[in-house]
Amino acid sequence: MHYHWDLAMVLADTDRWWHGIGITLLYSVATVVGGIVIGVFCGLALLSPKRWLTLPLEAYVEVFRCTPLLIQIVWFYYALPILLNFSLPAWLAAGLGLTLYMGAFCTEIFRAGVMSIGRGQWQAGRAVGMTYAQLMRRIVLPQAVRRMIPPLVNQSITQLKNTALLYVVAVPDLMYTSSIITAETYRPLEVYTSAAVIYFIMLYPLTLFAKRLETRVDR
Amino acid sequence: MTADEPPMIEVTDLVKNYGPVPALRGVSLGVAKGEVVVLIGPSGCGKSTLLRCLHLLEEPTSGTIRVGAQQLSFGGKAMALAGRKLAAYRARIGMVFQHFELFPHMTALQNVMEGPVTVKRMDRRTAAELGRGLLVKVGLAGKEESYPAQLSGGQAQRVAIARALAMSPEVMLFDEVTSALDPELVGEVLSVMRQLAEDGTTMIVVTHEMAFAHDIADHVLFMDGGAVAEHGPADDVLVRPGNPRTRAFLSRFHHATALRSAG
Repeated sequence: MHYHWDLAMVLADTDRWWHGIGITLLYSVATVVGGIVIGVFCGLALLSPKRWLTLPLEAYVEVFRCTPLLIQIVWFYYALPILLNFSLPAWLAAGLGLTLYMGAFCTEIFRAGVMSIGRGQWQAGRAVGMTYAQLMRRIVLPQAVRRMIPPLVNQSITQLKNTALLYVVAVPDLMYTSSIITAETYRPLEVYTSAAVIYFIMLYPLTLFAKRLETRVDR
Repeated sequence: MTADEPPMIEVTDLVKNYGPVPALRGVSLGVAKGEVVVLIGPSGCGKSTLLRCLHLLEEPTSGTIRVGAQQLSFGGKAMALAGRKLAAYRARIGMVFQHFELFPHMTALQNVMEGPVTVKRMDRRTAAELGRGLLVKVGLAGKEESYPAQLSGGQAQRVAIARALAMSPEVMLFDEVTSALDPELVGEVLSVMRQLAEDGTTMIVVTHEMAFAHDIADHVLFMDGGAVAEHGPADDVLVRPGNPRTRAFLSRFHHATALRSAG
């Protein structure tokens, strides 16, 4: 093979690359934050004994965990408008799908984190006369949050990669930008390799961070 | 303690069922201020359930509990107490558990301060002073900054006692607090409890340490099958039991103790 690499040509338009990276990071941060907010509320609500409250939340979590994210994004963009009679802009449909997907996983992480605190701790808190709110704030959550951080970081890493699905609804993230540049330059090898390297550079430090967290929590 | 003073804690006809299974079948008892009551009996006899009901960690099925001036009746449709009132009731009663249940994310001192600061809104400085004093009292001066994972079982259990004392409870409940300890660590916890008894703390103690029970108890209740089978002064119940079931239970213990001292 005598392929002549021409990275300079595909990387020439640095503004467009930076824009793509910016969109990818923006969607990652926004949907992770949105997902965590959903997770906190739904996760805590799932601890309630009231079935009318927990049943719909369980349904939400399972629906979003057991269907492909790609279908969710496409569904919000192409299918939901038929039901609503007005169409969501692509950026919103994709953002909604990504956020609800992250929210479903965060809900499970929060619920599991709180459940992992043993009955004895609850009783010990009650024994000194704490109310439910005090018990949560002072005893259960501080311990549970430490256990939630490693899975949350892992899920966030997955989420950043998942933003590449923005491609299907033409939101100009890193992946979509790559496909446009490929179409213009006919250099898929250089473009997609560059994109992969950029994703790797963004995520590798995060995985190292996650590993460090896990060893610290184990201690 | 005068004889005609009404008992500080009075339990009447307390029943607790777990579904169809009765755990307490109408237990009554009175505890005077400053008195030490020891509950003994075979496992599953309901003695721990009684403590948990007293603390309302379990809601009794029926009966009444009076602590001081507060009278609670169970068996109605609603819970006898809920929310803040329930929390306030529990704050008056100290409880020490078999497995310590210290808060692992807090130091020994923070564990002791937690109740006063969070529940009683005591300022941190006063609470720290109180906490240090209590840690000295249970023989743990110098362990203030240790985390529970760095403490032995005996030390952890003494921190748990200090944590309960920090709320200045009207009565202390001890639920088999030495059962999870290595034998060589039992003594240090018992000696703290002995000191508390001498100081006039009102205590209800569930224990399998018969010699200790005999030393500290003003009153002993032998429970069997969810009911009080025999009760009276420690000497009567532990040394000259009248009920054959008490005798059978104690003889198993003497046997075990004899084996232990022989080995």
